[in-house]
Amino acid sequence: MSSEFDIAETLDVKGASCPMPVVKTKSAIDGLDAGAVLEVLATDPGSMSDIDGWADGTAGVELVDQTEGDDVYKHYVRKTE
Amino acid sequence: MGTDTPDAADASSTEYAPTTDAPSRAELAARIDELEDALAEATADDGDKKMSIIATKGTLDMAYPPLILASTAAAFGYEVTVFHTFWGLEILHEERSKNLKLSSVGNPNMPVPNVVAALPGMDRVTTKMMERRIADNDTATIEELLETSLDMGVEFQACQMTIDLMDYDEDDFYDGVTTGVGAATALQDMADADIQLLV
Repeated sequence: MSSEFDIAETLDVKGASCPMPVVKTKSAIDGLDAGAVLEVLATDPGSMSDIDGWADGTAGVELVDQTEGDDVYKHYVRKTE
Repeated sequence: MGTDTPDAADASSTEYAPTTDAPSRAELAARIDELEDALAEATADDGDKKMSIIATKGTLDMAYPPLILASTAAAFGYEVTVFHTFWGLEILHEERSKNLKLSSVGNPNMPVPNVVAALPGMDRVTTKMMERRIADNDTATIEELLETSLDMGVEFQACQMTIDLMDYDEDDFYDGVTTGVGAATALQDMADADIQLLV
């Protein structure tokens, strides 16, 4: 996966529940440069749908990938502008 | 079809002959330009969405929905205003917001029957139970959600009429809370907003 894109930063929101994974992802993305990819590590199962929905409805971000494994949900979000 | 035959041309010219008060081609073109401008104006500002919430409840459970929606909408890039009135004001009160209570009476989902729930001290018991669940689950606290929302630019407004009614002071509220606003301000926000909610 990381062969397709470089991860600029990793945000660990393991343990946090709604709405914090989305809210903290937004804050972390704001601090990145355009084109950079943020990796988000979450344990909230709702983050799969929430981060997808957030990325879809928010200008300037794009969901690159989502994976689920060993109780950790990984999200990769690119800042597009 | 058939407009190139003399008969059809004659028929259409008599049927659709322009009357004297029909708009000219130039007038129609001008009207189209006008409508296109209006349409462009109406569909512009896509990145500037707004949400307006009216928060009227001050129990621990009912303090969550407006704050969760406000912080999430801010993450989506919405311009968010939350107008707090009546018991909703407790959420903005720096001291009281840390001690919001859960009512054990009148909620059939509570693990205790109403007749037991009405006993003195039961609200404290159910509130403690809920607080423990919140802590165990790593659910954000009200204070945390409020501070996060403020950081993200959510505007929290404290209804002036309720401040006076409850005999609160402007300094009782979190830094960044707007005071001195009333129903007209809330109404204006709602009229401008894409999403309006009463919680």
